[in-house]
Amino acid sequence: MTSTGEAVQFWVLAVIAVGGALGMLLMKKAVHSALCLAATMLALAVCYLAQGAVFLGVVQIVVYTGAIMMLFLFVVMLVGVTSADSLKEQLKGQRVAAVVCGLGFGVLLIAGIANAKLDHFTGLTEANAEGNVQGLARLIFTKYVWAFEVTGALLITAAVGAMVLTHRERVRAAATQRELAAQRVRDNIQVPPMPAPGVYARHNAVDIPGLLPDGTIAEDSVMGTLRERGQIRDVSRQMLERMAELEESTADRLGRPSSARPPVTGPRRELETVPTKPAPATDVKEETE
Amino acid sequence: MNPVNYLYLAALLFTIGASGVLVRRNAIVLFMCVELMLNASNLALVTFSRLHGNLDGQIIAFFTMVVAAAEVVVGLAIIVSIFRTRHSASVDDSNLMKL
Repeated sequence: MTSTGEAVQFWVLAVIAVGGALGMLLMKKAVHSALCLAATMLALAVCYLAQGAVFLGVVQIVVYTGAIMMLFLFVVMLVGVTSADSLKEQLKGQRVAAVVCGLGFGVLLIAGIANAKLDHFTGLTEANAEGNVQGLARLIFTKYVWAFEVTGALLITAAVGAMVLTHRERVRAAATQRELAAQRVRDNIQVPPMPAPGVYARHNAVDIPGLLPDGTIAEDSVMGTLRERGQIRDVSRQMLERMAELEESTADRLGRPSSARPPVTGPRRELETVPTKPAPATDVKEETE
Repeated sequence: MNPVNYLYLAALLFTIGASGVLVRRNAIVLFMCVELMLNASNLALVTFSRLHGNLDGQIIAFFTMVVAAAEVVVGLAIIVSIFRTRHSASVDDSNLMKL
């Protein structure tokens, strides 16, 4: 049996760990899942420390939350921006079956532990007598030295494998700036630079599209990533409303009848301002990135 | 408190990870679920090491961590290269080898 302090710590950490795991399972965005998993891993690291596995607790924080989760976040940033988790079921009833399987598996596992005879409790005071790290080192370099050496080979293989898998041979030389400019003139779709985001003197945020002379938004002034995520903040309506208000109040103050113009309610025309580019033009652009 | 509670926690986390592998479609999240299962087994190993009073369980947990690191590196590289060619990280879209 363990101390009361450890019991309190266990219950707090268990709630955090299970909450993080459930969060990872249920969050829609991969970034949120990664952060939930990091919380679970930190809770587990404290569990290790509490159980006398000091070395493993520190390694858990450094390697898992420090290295592996950051690697996950890097890949989420590389890949996950445009990839949403599809909610469409490919196989009918697969999701329900998966949940039932998971529950059944959990019940089996927990019932197995409940029925096991686990009243034997030694504790690590004797094994950790000369220090946890020293004890582990003694085992690694005597009993498990062969496994330890094979681990080295495994890590080298993994590093080389990752490099081979992500390496991409350039088939042709990257287009220079001059070639890109010439290509733009040849395509004759958007010869001048793209319009900048933001509304002059009011907003300069990148997710606010610039306005065209007739009050509609210039969608291609917002970068492609935000456009794809649908994170464009259209303030044109707001701007026009404010302008109408201003005109109204001016008219009030000057004692004039409000202008006979009909109130502006929003963009007068809904149009697709993004030019549809032919495929090769975008290919050239991607290569330079 | 009985240290066996740690085993129950490990079993619960392993179950959540396993259900996640079955339910989710995003390859990155699938990998995270696998990581959660590995972590749960590590917790069980550390608890067993404490119950039995020797450090072998901790050594095995340590090796699990090393193997998990190697597995994540290669797995994420595969995800990135699949994403480059197919522009999708969903496991449903990788069906080129299906009959």
